[in-house]
Amino acid sequence: MTISKLTLSTHAARPAEQRGRQVYGVRRKLAVPVLLLGAAMLSGCVTVNAPSEPIVIELNINITAEVVYRLAEDAGNTIEENADIF
Amino acid sequence: MAQSFVNKSMFALAAAAMAFGGFAGSAQAQREPAYDAARKAGQVGEKMDGYLGIVGASTPELERIVKDINIKRRAVYTERASAKRSTIEEYAFTSGCLAIAATVPGEKYQAPDGSWQTRTSAPPVRDSRCAAA
Repeated sequence: MTISKLTLSTHAARPAEQRGRQVYGVRRKLAVPVLLLGAAMLSGCVTVNAPSEPIVIELNINITAEVVYRLAEDAGNTIEENADIF
Repeated sequence: MAQSFVNKSMFALAAAAMAFGGFAGSAQAQREPAYDAARKAGQVGEKMDGYLGIVGASTPELERIVKDINIKRRAVYTERASAKRSTIEEYAFTSGCLAIAATVPGEKYQAPDGSWQTRTSAPPVRDSRCAAA
């Protein structure tokens, strides 16, 4: 026989097992999103494959004809002096 | 006076180059044979950005050649860009203009649209900003 303690609240007090079950119920509700989050994190691991082609970042748009004009002579000399790598 | 200094320094430079060239009998450093062959075969080409690129199918050997040349070029560009107070990209791009202009018929170069072109006897198709170079 279970003995319940009466209280002044609208609901009657419930035995410890029931209260416990309610607590576990809350935990179970929490467990679902936690599991989902874990699954999302696992599947969320993005696999990045390194491309075989080198990634070319176009920075040329900032280069003006004036700059090319200014550097042309020096660059020409540099190419002549380093003919082995040009 | 200035002229004689120029002549003297040029003579010194030539002498130094001869000494450096040693028994090869060449005053100027030549391209590595593997690189030279890859250029002639059209397996590598001059890109617009001033670096060498692989045209068509890549092989470990081509990758080695291109990487080696580009590392050396970048070192030169970096040094000269610093001296000319420009960015490395600006200096490299200017050099690319000249390197494309210097290709000989049969060699590959990159056109402004990014496609690989084979150099003919006609002038190469270059970026409009290359006009000054």
